[in-house]
This record gives sequence, C-alpha cells and structure tokens, in this order.
Amino acid sequence: MRAFSYTRASDVNDAVHRIGTPDGDGASTAADKFIAGGTNLVDLMNADVMRPRQVVDITRLPLDTIEETPQGGLRLGALVTNAVTAYDERVARRYPLLSRAILAGASAQLRNMATDGGNLLQRTRCYYFYDTATPCNKRKPGSGCGAIDGVNRIHAILGASAHCIATHPSDMCVALAALAAVVRVTGPAGERTIPFAEFHRLPGDTPQIDTNLRADELVTAIDLPPQGYAEHLTYLKIRDRASYAFALVSVAVGLEMEGDTITHARLALGGVAHKPWRDEEAEKMLAGKTAAAENFRLVAEFILRDARGYGHNTFKIELAKRAIVRALEEAAGKVQP
Amino acid sequence: MSLDTQLPVSLVDAPRRESTPSPAAVPIQLQVNGRNMAIAVAPWTSLLDLLRLCLDLTGTKKGCDHGQCGACTVLVDGVRVNSCLALAVMQDGKKITTIEGLAAGDALHPLQQAFVDHDAFQCGYCTPGQICSGVGLIAEGHARTPDDIRELMSGNICRCGAYKGITAAVEQVMRSTEQGAKK
Amino acid sequence: MMSIPTIADPLPANASQVGRPLSRVDGRLKVTGGAKYAAEHNAPGLLHGYIVSSAITKGRITRVSTAAALASPGVVHVFTHENRPSLAWFDRKWKDEDSPKGSPFRPLYDAKIVHAMQPIALVVAETFEAARCGARLVEVEYEAEHHETDLRARRHHTYTPGNEKTGFEPPPKPRGDADAALKEAPVKVDAEYEQAAEHHNPMEMHASTVIFHEADDSITVYDKTQGVQGTQKYVCNVFGLPKASVRVLAPFVGGAFGSGLRAQHQLFLAVMASTQLKRSVRVELTRPQMFTFGHRPQTIQRVALGAAHDGTLTAVIHEAVQESSQFENYVETVVNWSGQQYKCENVRLEYKLARLDLFTPLDMRAPGAATGLPALECAMDELAYALKIDPVELRLKNYADVDGNSGKPFSSKELKACFAKGAERFGWARRNPEPRSMRDGKHLIGWGMASGVWDAMQVPASAKAALSIDGRLIVSSATADIGTGTYTAMSQIAADTLGIPMEQVRFILGDSSLPQAPLEGGSFTVSSVGSAVKAACDKVGARLLKLARKAHGSPLADAKDDAVEFADGRIRLKNDPARGISIVEAMRGEGIVNIEEQAQSIPNFLKHRSYKLGTHSAVFVEVRVDPDLGTVGVSRVVSAVAAGRIINPKTAASQVAGAVVGGIGMALLEETLVDHTLGRYMNHDFAEYHVPVNADVPDIDVIFVEEHDDIVNPLGVKGVGEIGIVGVPAAIANAIFHATGKRIRQFPITPDKVFA
Repeated sequence: MRAFSYTRASDVNDAVHRIGTPDGDGASTAADKFIAGGTNLVDLMNADVMRPRQVVDITRLPLDTIEETPQGGLRLGALVTNAVTAYDERVARRYPLLSRAILAGASAQLRNMATDGGNLLQRTRCYYFYDTATPCNKRKPGSGCGAIDGVNRIHAILGASAHCIATHPSDMCVALAALAAVVRVTGPAGERTIPFAEFHRLPGDTPQIDTNLRADELVTAIDLPPQGYAEHLTYLKIRDRASYAFALVSVAVGLEMEGDTITHARLALGGVAHKPWRDEEAEKMLAGKTAAAENFRLVAEFILRDARGYGHNTFKIELAKRAIVRALEEAAGKVQP
Repeated sequence: MSLDTQLPVSLVDAPRRESTPSPAAVPIQLQVNGRNMAIAVAPWTSLLDLLRLCLDLTGTKKGCDHGQCGACTVLVDGVRVNSCLALAVMQDGKKITTIEGLAAGDALHPLQQAFVDHDAFQCGYCTPGQICSGVGLIAEGHARTPDDIRELMSGNICRCGAYKGITAAVEQVMRSTEQGAKK
Repeated sequence: MMSIPTIADPLPANASQVGRPLSRVDGRLKVTGGAKYAAEHNAPGLLHGYIVSSAITKGRITRVSTAAALASPGVVHVFTHENRPSLAWFDRKWKDEDSPKGSPFRPLYDAKIVHAMQPIALVVAETFEAARCGARLVEVEYEAEHHETDLRARRHHTYTPGNEKTGFEPPPKPRGDADAALKEAPVKVDAEYEQAAEHHNPMEMHASTVIFHEADDSITVYDKTQGVQGTQKYVCNVFGLPKASVRVLAPFVGGAFGSGLRAQHQLFLAVMASTQLKRSVRVELTRPQMFTFGHRPQTIQRVALGAAHDGTLTAVIHEAVQESSQFENYVETVVNWSGQQYKCENVRLEYKLARLDLFTPLDMRAPGAATGLPALECAMDELAYALKIDPVELRLKNYADVDGNSGKPFSSKELKACFAKGAERFGWARRNPEPRSMRDGKHLIGWGMASGVWDAMQVPASAKAALSIDGRLIVSSATADIGTGTYTAMSQIAADTLGIPMEQVRFILGDSSLPQAPLEGGSFTVSSVGSAVKAACDKVGARLLKLARKAHGSPLADAKDDAVEFADGRIRLKNDPARGISIVEAMRGEGIVNIEEQAQSIPNFLKHRSYKLGTHSAVFVEVRVDPDLGTVGVSRVVSAVAAGRIINPKTAASQVAGAVVGGIGMALLEETLVDHTLGRYMNHDFAEYHVPVNADVPDIDVIFVEEHDDIVNPLGVKGVGEIGIVGVPAAIANAIFHATGKRIRQFPITPDKVFA
C-alpha cells in the first residue's frame, strides 16, 4: 500500500478533529480515514484503490457496547463487532432478522473483526472498482464505467445511473434498512442522526460518494427501533456458493400479522442497488393482504417495476422477484426456510 | 508487560532512506505465543507480514492478502481473525497466538492431532489457518452440528478439498471439549 | 545369486506397510507450521520484488518511467525491458518440461504486450511494502492494438493442431462412418456443451526465493514447482548458468494442480534480480497475478450419439474447439476418450484450436479428460433418457473391453465393479428415473451418475537408497509432494521392500541434486518414482543378502534368492522365519557402515505396447435444487475408483475426495470471466472466482475397487491424482436434470442457468 501516517484518537471529539480532506474532497481516495475493523479499508489499500494519507485508529474509543434506548430499542455502538452483535442475546431474541443477516455475510473471522459502524461504510465489490487498470467512475471520477458494457453479473438492476451500476455489498445493512434503524454520527459541529434510508446514496453523477456521511463525521452508534419483527421474519440470501460469497440477491422481511393477514410489512433488498433497497410503497401494498403467493408476486412486480438489466445481470430481475415471493412466504410461515 | 525481546527497528519493515512519503515506525508491545516483545512497526505492515517477514513465524500463511481465503487466520486475544487485514500497529497490547503457539512442547494441540488423524489436509498450506480457525470456532461455542461446522469453517478455503477431514477433525475435538466441560 | 533388477520386482508377499491407511509422515510438520514453502525461506539482506502488471492486453510499451519508483523509500532497483540483462535468444532455451510447441513467453524481453496483466517491470526493495509501494509509482504508457479474447466469436477461426506436446495424442482417424450412422440411428442426441476457463488457484501463491551465495555467485532457488529439475534446467538455459551453480529446492508445495508444471514468471524475475543485484531476492505473486499465466482453457464441444433401440451405440461424434494463445499451441486430449470409453464402430473425433490474446492455457487437474468427459457423459445421460434405459445399464450395454481407438485390450479395467459397488453404496436401484420425481419441501432432489477414465502412465525415474548401520534408511528422488502424499507413499514402498519399520525410513524429495525424477503430474508419480524407489531398495537388498550369506554362522549361507524375505529389520527364510539375521548384524559382520544404491526404473515398453493402460471410475451424486431460486447443493457423493493397487488408502481417498471437490467447483462454481472489450479477466480474486468452501461439500464416500494389474508396472499401481475429478461435473449436471427436467450444457451451472 501507499505510505500513510497513523494516529490514535483518544475520544470522539479528538477523532473527528484529526480528519482532514487534503484535496478538499472527502470522496478523494487520498482523504484521511478512520480505521476500526479494517476489513474493507486495509483490503482496498492493499489493492491501491484507497490511498489515505492519514489513518486514524478509533478502536480505543468507548463505542463498543450494546445498550437499551429510552424508546425501548437497542443502541449498537459503532465499534461492536458484527459477531458480538449477531450473537448478543438481546439482538438474537428481539432482532433475529439482524442476527441472521449478519451471519449470512462474510466469514466468521471477518465478522470477528468488522465493526457495525464499518459495515455501513463498506464499499462496492465491483470488479472494475477493484482493478485500478480499468475504468471506474467511483474510483476515478470521469474515467467511465467499465461494468455497464462489461462483465456485470453482480451489478445493480435498480437505481443505477449511466455513471455507475455498482451494488452495496452488505448483508447487515439490508436488515438495518428493513428495521428502519437510525445512524448516530458526530462531526466537528456536533451530533446528528441520519435515518437509515437516507444514509446510503444512489450513484447519480457522483458515484464516488457512497453515503451522506461527511468525510469528517464519525458513525458512533446505530439505533434499532423497538419493533424488531421477531415473530415473522426472514433473511434470504441467494449466492453462487453456499457460504462466503456476496449476494446475487438478498431479501430482508419483517412482518406483523393477524392470522393469515399481514398488518404491517418491512422489506428490503440487497445485491440489487447502490444502497439497500427499501420500497415503502410496496410495504404499504402488503398491509391488509392475505399471505398468499399471488399477492406477493404482485408486490414483487411492483418493487422491480423500474428494474433494468445490463446483460449478464438481467437474470437478477426475475430472480429478485422470486426471492421476494419466497422471502415473504417464509416470513409468513408458508414455507420452511 | 515484561519484555523478552527487543527487536531493532531496522528488522521491522522500515525503509532505509528517509524521504517523503516515509512511514515512520511506531513502537508497540505484543505478546506472541506467550512471548512478550517490544517492537517498532511501520503502519503499513500487516499483522501477517509482521509474523512472516519480521518474526519468521511463517506458519501463518498468505493465501490472498485480501481476507478472501482464511490461510492467515490467527487468534488475537483468543479470537480468530484474518491477519492479512489487521494492521500490526493496531495490535498494541494484544496477545497473538499462531500455529506455532498451539502445541505444548512436543505434545500437539488436540486439534492438530485430529487433523493428522483425519487426514484433514493435503498440501498443508491452508492447514495452520484451518486449525487456528477451528480452535477459535470451538471457543466461540456456536456450532452444534456438522453443518454448523461447515458453515462456520467456510472462511477457510482448502483448494485440495480436504473439507471432509477438516469437518470431522473439528467435530471430534469440539465434542471432546464439550465432554470435558460437562465433567 | 540374487538378480539385480533394472525393473522393480513386485512387492514382497509379506508387505505390511503398503496398503495400510497410514497418516502422512509429514503431517506433524504441516500441522505445526514447521513445513516451509517457497516464500518462507530467509536469508540475510533478502530483497523483495513486486511485479508491475500491464494495464493493456495487446500492443506495446511506448514509455516507461521508473524515476518516482526509484525515489521511493526502500526501493533498490527497477527492472524493465529497457534495462534487463542479456538473455537467451533461441526459443528452445526458454522451453520448460511442459512447453507445447511455439515460442514461450519471455518476461521483460521487449516492449511487446501479448496478454492482460503481463509482467512489465519488477520493483525490488528492502521490504515487501516498499516494493509494493514502488510498483505503484512506475509510470507506463502504451500503444494498444486490437485484441481477440472471445472464443465464441473466434470458434470458426481455428486450426487443427498436430503433435504439439509430450503426452498429447491427436484424435485418431475416423472409423466407420459416424455421420451416416448418426443420420440412420433410430435414437440420437446431438448437443453443444461449453466449459468455462478456470484457474488453478492453489492456496500458496507462486513464489520464488533466490538465495545468492557471494562466495561463488551460485544460487539456491526455493521455487513453487512440480519439478525442481525442470526449474533448474529452465534457469540454466535462460540465464546461461552452469548446472552446478543452480540448486532448486521445493520440499513443500502448497498445492499446484498443474500450475507448477511450467516455469512461471516469478521464477525468471527472482533469478534475474538476484543474479544482477548479487543479493538474495524473493518474488511472490499476488492473488490477482495468479490469473496471469496458464489456466484450464475454455472449450466448446459438440457430442452426437446415435443408438439402436436396444441401446447399442451406432455413432459417436465428438468435436471440440479450444482456446490457445497467439504464441504457443497448447493442446490436451479432449475428444479421444469418446472413442475409448464405449464400444462403437462408427466414431469421428475432431479437435481444433482458436488463437486468442490470452496467456497459453496449462494442464489443470486431469487436463483434457476433465474437459471432454463431462460432455460425453452428459450426452450419454441424454441418450439414456431418449432410450428410456437406466444410465448405468446403457454404459454396461456399450462397455468396452478393448480401446476402440487403438484396438488394444485394457491391461485391467474394473469399471464394472465400480458401477456395481458405487451403485450399491449409493442406493441407485431405488431411483425413479422420472425427472422431478423426488421432492423435499421446496427442494427437488436429483440423482445422477457418470463414469470416468484417465491414463495410467509411467515415465523413467531414478531414486537412491542409503541404509546405515543404525538401521535407518534414507531414500531420495528429485520428485515432489504437492499434497499428493509422495513422502508417505514412497516411505511405505521403501519400508516394505527392505522390511524396515516406517519410523526408520525417511524419504527426501524436492531437491534438484537428487536422482532424476519427472515433473509431478499426470498421476504417474507413484508408478514412476515408486518403481524407482523399489528398484533402489532392491539393489540395497541384494547387497544385504550377500553380506548376510557371508556372516559367520549365517543361517542364510545356502539360501536361494527367492527363499528369503526382508521383515522386521531382518533377512530371514520365508519358510522358517525364525531363522535369519538382522540387517545391522549383516552389515556389522562385514564392517560395512553404509550401503548406498541408485537405480533407474523405466516402463516396460515391450509389455505396454500391446495394452491400453488406464484408471476408471463411476461417480454417483445427489443434488438438492431450489427450482425457484436456482441454487444447487450437492448432498451426497459416492466415487468408486479402479486404479490398481492403492499404496495408502487414507491419502489416496483424500486425493479422490479432494478431486470430487474440484469437480463440484467445475460443475457449479468456477469460471474466469473475461471482459472482451478490455481483454482482461475481471473476477481475478478469491471473492469473485468461486472455489468450493466447506459449506459446499457434503460427506464424500470413496471406494477403491480391487484391481490387479501386473502389466502396468511391477507395483501394480496406477495413480489417483486425476481420476477423482473427471466424472464429477457430468454426474452433477445429470443429477440436476433428474431433479428439474432441465438440461444445462454450459458449465459452471450457476443459479441464473438453473432458475430461468
């Protein structure tokens, strides 16, 4: 990797004040970076995709606990590891959707290292983003998108742009989107919260910017609302091999039901867009519906109404529809997971 | 932490000539396989390279350098991690256990012996990572069935395809550990 | 007088180690981290080299600037085509032991770029990170040319290769009239199959550590190779070095599957840097760079089969188009198996190459057979369905006792036993042939099978045996153990030949200074090197017997050669084991402290000439398919193998089970994807090039059927490195058909192909 300076932050305030944006551009590959688990940042530095001049170690900050919120939810400290979160008794009992999504991702070793805050910030697995000899607007704005006319089997079918068809790779974030979590961040100007749906961006004409987090802001916690959909849920992940692979398509579903009728639904997709794809209109469509495959298929068609394939990934449109139907069937108890 | 070893800075990945951009070495203290040491590491040195290149603990393997194969798995404070994605400088104050630190003298760790008995390897290159991963898996205590073991060992790729023996070896030691815990 | 054989005699009847499921003798080193691989040997002042890879696929370098890299801290030197040393000029100097005909690739030779990610510079620095950082500072400008990387687009721009490579047999001439017979056949299948390009991806990335000896400018090279002597020869030829100055060591090799058969470019670069800088240098490839040399080539095949209503094959046509590079004619035996595996009078086989701007393909586990057999064995399944005959029965109906290509009988062929034992263990008799007839919840269950074949080869090899007065036996040969169990199997053969306990036998390999051995490949190591080990130990035994006869009061003084045996460290009478003399005693009596003998074994060409030699297998597979989502899981595998005598059932079963895992990868996962606009492999890492993980692999049941063969070689062994993979892809594809009713003829069978 390129040489960089390494500093350790003593507290949150100290951390955010250490971050500089050398080119005045937080999305620049040279911008300073916080490091915690390092599973994505170190990988990208090894691949020469990210070249931060300074790396600020935040692992000593007191953000490594899971606590109750006054609203009756849970607050996941940004530095709690994915593994600790997934196996936490409260999370597993009250937010099994989150536990399952986390455990469907990466490997046991990576989950032991990766933090909840870092999971939100992992970057795309697009081949062209990783290969510095190829064009990529996300890595090098203005260089073009190699994937649109290239090998795009793993790419986006929803919300993409002419500049970028990359997907967000996280499983955890798909569950957090469905749960409507809230991200707590701190910057030089103080604290603010970002609803999960607004945390990640679509690529538009600035695909180099993944999220609405400012470069000098630090994720400190993720708040889970009280409703965890612990009764009727599923996380369905379809991938090329049985484990240790990114999703072709994944679906997180949480339902509230009365008898065979859905009273309230949450649904988010992974592997299909530049961000976890939650469609609130589709969720409303589900409310009041009987848990039946034909109803689910209508909703699936609706969610994928604007989907577009680029060749190799066109199969994901139909696959996503079927995955939605299956996930809803599983969550409603119609099919064994 | 008492110091058994004081390695000179030059031994540890620090470039000779000084000019920008030059990564200044950072002093850290580590315990590696029970041995305390104070060393200085350049920030860009991974824990994997520190072990392999600087401490000559080559039992830990580099199979991809991108967290995609598990050959570099070691235990940090008893928890299995990919050492290729861990910066050495961030391990200050931690206890590292590598494959070289599992046996007690001549007596192999039960999982090492089980790997031999079940022929859980062929070329042997992924083996240290598999064994460290298996030790971590057993300590985590989340596996109940062979399928659980298969899933939770899936972060360790074996291109020779010795998975059958790996699963059997981990299961055997996991069961005997459970038995031991019950008694 | 005991005859000293040049070809090894059969193992003694009292063999006690051969056939035993012993644990690997190198197991302890491998589970403790003590086994050192190519990049793990150290030297004072070792330098690290990092390779700069070309950003374009074809064209030339117009400018290269190394100033920034040289100014980067720790960088010692940057090698490019502009400052490389003088090198060999003739192509033959660049050929290695596995080169096909053509002009071998020469790293840093000139400004020409012939494939994506071609090595174009080597940055050498004091530390690994300094070298990697420096590599990113090398500035290169190119002039790109049009490239062709799409086999589908070039499938009609082909040529028919000749005898381009050792071990390759061009397809035999057509026999009968297959096209006419197909036309007339009452039942026929005619389909196109495609196999993706795959990369070997052993876990150990290719690396070479070159230790420079200042005293005499000689070098010791730790290389990741399947043949240390091949590496030595290549280095000597390319750099014009005398053999005495180059020693190559590879005591442990972290997998290879064929990738170590040729001299890969990190070897050249490390040796160049070391000899030029007169320093020790290591060059290790990155995982993406592991996709920059040989690979299993992409292949498009047509198989057409015609049959009578009773299942008798009346026509076999197998045509294949395969990629090769622009600079070498890589060939493998793809279609010939279709003229060998079944009895048929009308056979036409055709094999063609298309030149692409990709690196030359390279033998990968069961090269050719793993490519051609899946197509043939899927077609046989299709034919079985067309005929409404059980797939096993159809294969038995057309069972070949004679190789139709050569007209020779098989030296041994227990394939019928493989079918019987495999089917029995699997429960094949309970199968309802109707597709979609088995369901478990949302999963469709399918049972499929296929047969397999591979050659049983033997090549010349040598070994040395040294017995010392303390009863310890050291046997050595310049062979390799790439995970195959060579250390263990050779120790077992040696132990049995001289009746010495395993603990007192040590086998040494992976050193170019040892007696000659071939590349480890083709499943011929146990037959070739094993025979040499046997021969060397027999020579020691002959000398021991002489000593034993001379010993004072020896009970063996008048014993005939065939009346004695070696066992438990003693030479004794077969019919009266109590009467004998210990090896140590025999040596001490004559004041001998060491007996050392070297022997060469060569195949018995006279015997072999009249036979076809091969291994065979039958594979039975159960899959669980989610038809809505397209996911496929392999839930059960039974692999029955006939491969002659099995030296070590434990390690041999591991090899076969591991090959089954490789076959699961071929069938369901592995595909190196090319961006044809860029001419570049895109999924060049372990995250996106999917090899099977633990969760993909069920319990695998390996059966070795009994097979006696005294023609193949005196040990009766055939090798099991490749036979385990060849039947697996077709068995899985056939099981998916049984589960779903859908024929998928493009490997790998990924979810998108299954659910559509």
